[in-house]
Amino acid sequence: MNRNNLLAALLIALILGLWEFFVHILAVPVFILPPPSSIFTTAVIQAPRILPHAVITLTEILMGIGLALCTAVPLAIIMFAKPALEKAFAPFLVASQAIPVFALAPLLVVWLGYGIASKVFMAWVIIFFPICISLLEGLKSCDPEFKILFRLMGASFFKKLMLLYWPWALPRFFAGLKVGVTVATIGAVIGEWVGAQQGLGFLMIQSNARLQVDLVFAAILWLTAMGLSMWWIVGILEKRIIKWN
Amino acid sequence: MLQVSSVTKYFNDQKIFSGFNLKVDQGQFHVIIGPSGCGKTTLFDALTGVIELDEGTLSWKQKLVFNLTHHAAYMQQKDMLLPWFSLLDNALLPSKTGGQNMVNAKKQALKLFNRLGLSEYESHMPNQVSGGMRQRCALVRTLMFNRDLILLDEPLSALDTITRRSLQSLLLLLQTEFKKTILMITHDIEEALLLADEIYLLSPQPMTISRHFILDQPKPRKFNDPVLLKIKADVLDKLEGDLIHEP
Repeated sequence: MNRNNLLAALLIALILGLWEFFVHILAVPVFILPPPSSIFTTAVIQAPRILPHAVITLTEILMGIGLALCTAVPLAIIMFAKPALEKAFAPFLVASQAIPVFALAPLLVVWLGYGIASKVFMAWVIIFFPICISLLEGLKSCDPEFKILFRLMGASFFKKLMLLYWPWALPRFFAGLKVGVTVATIGAVIGEWVGAQQGLGFLMIQSNARLQVDLVFAAILWLTAMGLSMWWIVGILEKRIIKWN
Repeated sequence: MLQVSSVTKYFNDQKIFSGFNLKVDQGQFHVIIGPSGCGKTTLFDALTGVIELDEGTLSWKQKLVFNLTHHAAYMQQKDMLLPWFSLLDNALLPSKTGGQNMVNAKKQALKLFNRLGLSEYESHMPNQVSGGMRQRCALVRTLMFNRDLILLDEPLSALDTITRRSLQSLLLLLQTEFKKTILMITHDIEEALLLADEIYLLSPQPMTISRHFILDQPKPRKFNDPVLLKIKADVLDKLEGDLIHEP
């Protein structure tokens, strides 16, 4: 464990320790704020109950990521190839971020139903923007001298994209993807809060109504672990693919 | 033959050059020397099609051309190697983008790697080799364009003196062995004296040819040749004079 990791671990331990200490000293009821020990215990003991919900939420997130990749990557490339289209699409892209996702969620449930589709769509709305914009900025950041070199070689746009622009943009693309996968949980959970029959968001709402606050926190812990795992996996992929950095 | 006839370029009413002429015969090595900011790079940008000329014509092999995009290979000060490709894949870029037969291209590239002292480094990544080796690889890539005209924009200026001297002999091979026509920009007067058949000394903006030297000494040349030393003194005198009279 390096120095930075050690500091982070110590900080987390300190926060959890203080939390545990004050909850016990102040005798805070479990249904208001359970201590971390109780949350961890619930997260483990209740795992058989939480797991099916987590699988559903994870499926929604992964489908959202897949959908975002399938749409954001081609759109970023099209906007890069045709700057006029970038100008045309830019207001819509910005607007997609300006509209609060919470405001969209009830409508999406009405339009797409209580099933998985509305949650996948919510996750997609959130992930799409960071991937699309970071990839576009990455493509645009290519050194003009390389563009001259490739033009002198008589390279087609497709060849330039494959050999030059895409590898050039990869570090920024991965930066966007990392942001995307970590915020994807927000989209899926909001979708589940508004209307769902399963998923971690649904479990949280149900447990909250029954004052099972430790289970609410356990679900949040699982969500956090899922987000961190996806961030970690993308980081590993990034290191494997971008070997030259 | 490359012929640049009466070319003119303005930037926001500022005349960079006007009625500028230049001629490089087939198989010749011509060198342009001039003070910084005189417009040399603008001229190369126009030749490579980065910018458009306001007036004048370009011709290559007696045919008028808009620019030299499809006729010239280009080598710059930076090696411009892509860090995600090996040296061999970098050298093969012109073949990959040009849709050439890759088996033949690879054979040609490996032969050039061998000739330019890069054999056994084919699979190395650019960040694993020295600046001199990267520039040798850039030279192989320039040859892999398979074009008769080569534009060199201060190709060795980023290298240390010792590496530069060893690469100058390789630049000479472009002419003597590969029979290319070469137009090079440099700041290194000794480099120009070693390599050039003709040297154009340029004046500050608006850029004009202030002196034209024809060097018919056989190559490879030595620095201590009295004729070359005399030309070097002339060039330095002229450059210093231009700097003194510069507004």
